Amino acid sequence: MKKVYSSAGEALDGLLFDDMLIAAGGFGLCGIPELLLSAIRDAGTKDLTFASNNAGVDDFGIGILLQTKQVRKMMSSYVGENAEFMRQYLEGELEVEFNPQGTLAERMRAGGAGIPGFYTKTGVGTQIAEGKDHKEFDGETYIMERGIVADLAIVKAWKADDTGNLIFRKTARNFNVPAAMCGKVCVAEVEEIVPRGSLDPDHIHLPGVYVHRIVQGTHEKRIEQRTTRKKESA
Amino acid sequence: MPWDRNQMAARAAEELEDGMYVNLGIGIPTLVANYTGDKDITLQSENGMLGMGAFPFEGEEDADVINAGKQTITELDRTSYFDSATSFGMIRGGKIACAILGAMEVAENGDLANWMIPGKLVKGMGGAMDLVAGVKRVVVVMDHQNKKGESKLLKSCTLPLTGAGVVDRVITNLGVFDVVEGGLKIIECADGVTEEELRAATEATIIN
Repeated sequence: MKKVYSSAGEALDGLLFDDMLIAAGGFGLCGIPELLLSAIRDAGTKDLTFASNNAGVDDFGIGILLQTKQVRKMMSSYVGENAEFMRQYLEGELEVEFNPQGTLAERMRAGGAGIPGFYTKTGVGTQIAEGKDHKEFDGETYIMERGIVADLAIVKAWKADDTGNLIFRKTARNFNVPAAMCGKVCVAEVEEIVPRGSLDPDHIHLPGVYVHRIVQGTHEKRIEQRTTRKKESA
Repeated sequence: MPWDRNQMAARAAEELEDGMYVNLGIGIPTLVANYTGDKDITLQSENGMLGMGAFPFEGEEDADVINAGKQTITELDRTSYFDSATSFGMIRGGKIACAILGAMEVAENGDLANWMIPGKLVKGMGGAMDLVAGVKRVVVVMDHQNKKGESKLLKSCTLPLTGAGVVDRVITNLGVFDVVEGGLKIIECADGVTEEELRAATEATIIN
């Protein structure tokens, strides 16, 4: 089966529909599927719900879909870097469901692993626990969280082979693995597609069974907080 | 004289033991890394890294190597990378020995509030709720009083909680406290601060 597509737009062909749930990889602007997000903007799909740790910045990442008002709801843990996001949120145009970061990651992982719900002590005794099933295990209280199964997962990896085996680079792995797992369909954009057999099978981060379509492209890889130190002069 | 930011960070570094895996929050907790001396400490960044190094030299930034504050950092020879589900698995699973983080309020029963102020811009809890629920020991480093001069160590928190009964120790610019049965116990006063001054500046019940 052919998994390699020639553009992000082609890779998403037939997969997008209004009111859908999309799981997106990335942390801040690190490891985000920037080409696929641009293609979703170009496709004009509306009323999207995103399960994504962050919402990008105004002109990059999911932020570009907020500018075009294509997003109805965010399921995220932290959304602090985006002025348009705040405007829409405070005006009531955008719905936000805050999830503790580890709970969001586990909800994706669980959804992809066939686990519809799980118990965690994260958030017990806080607003997050309100309305959720509580249960005691070994004398400690836990709350139930649901697994997420998304209509579509969009992720960014470093290298792929044509069967969809993926390798990520450094901290750009982040949410890409659990997001990919929870998609009914997963599209991955990568920096390089390498010949079959050239990736060490022992070093695959995400097996190709989770990845249905692949597109290679050039990434901006924007840095959100460029922080450096000066070289001490000898 | 109350402690300054660096002295608070240096005091917090005394909490760390050789061999620990530790998560440091943003702000004063980040400075703790400067005071660990010869201790063999591995820093976790919850976006998926163990063995966090210093900021890169100018021109050597790598967009794929950032910390949980989205700042560019570097790796060490011990560094490992992993996905977010694995990262919070080690946090929730109690594999991280200690988290040092800031706070808006701490209550005498160990409740912690540091993620939202109702009516103000809400940015989200990030990984804070998972960290305080999961790591073995939670140390808070914060100013003793807010900008209005009111105690941040309270009988009960007024802000929405990040975690209930999760704090083990609090280090402020005035002293060090443990959360124990019945209230807070003074462990240490900052240089030149008397116990009377500490009590006067604290709303929470002090039991010693």
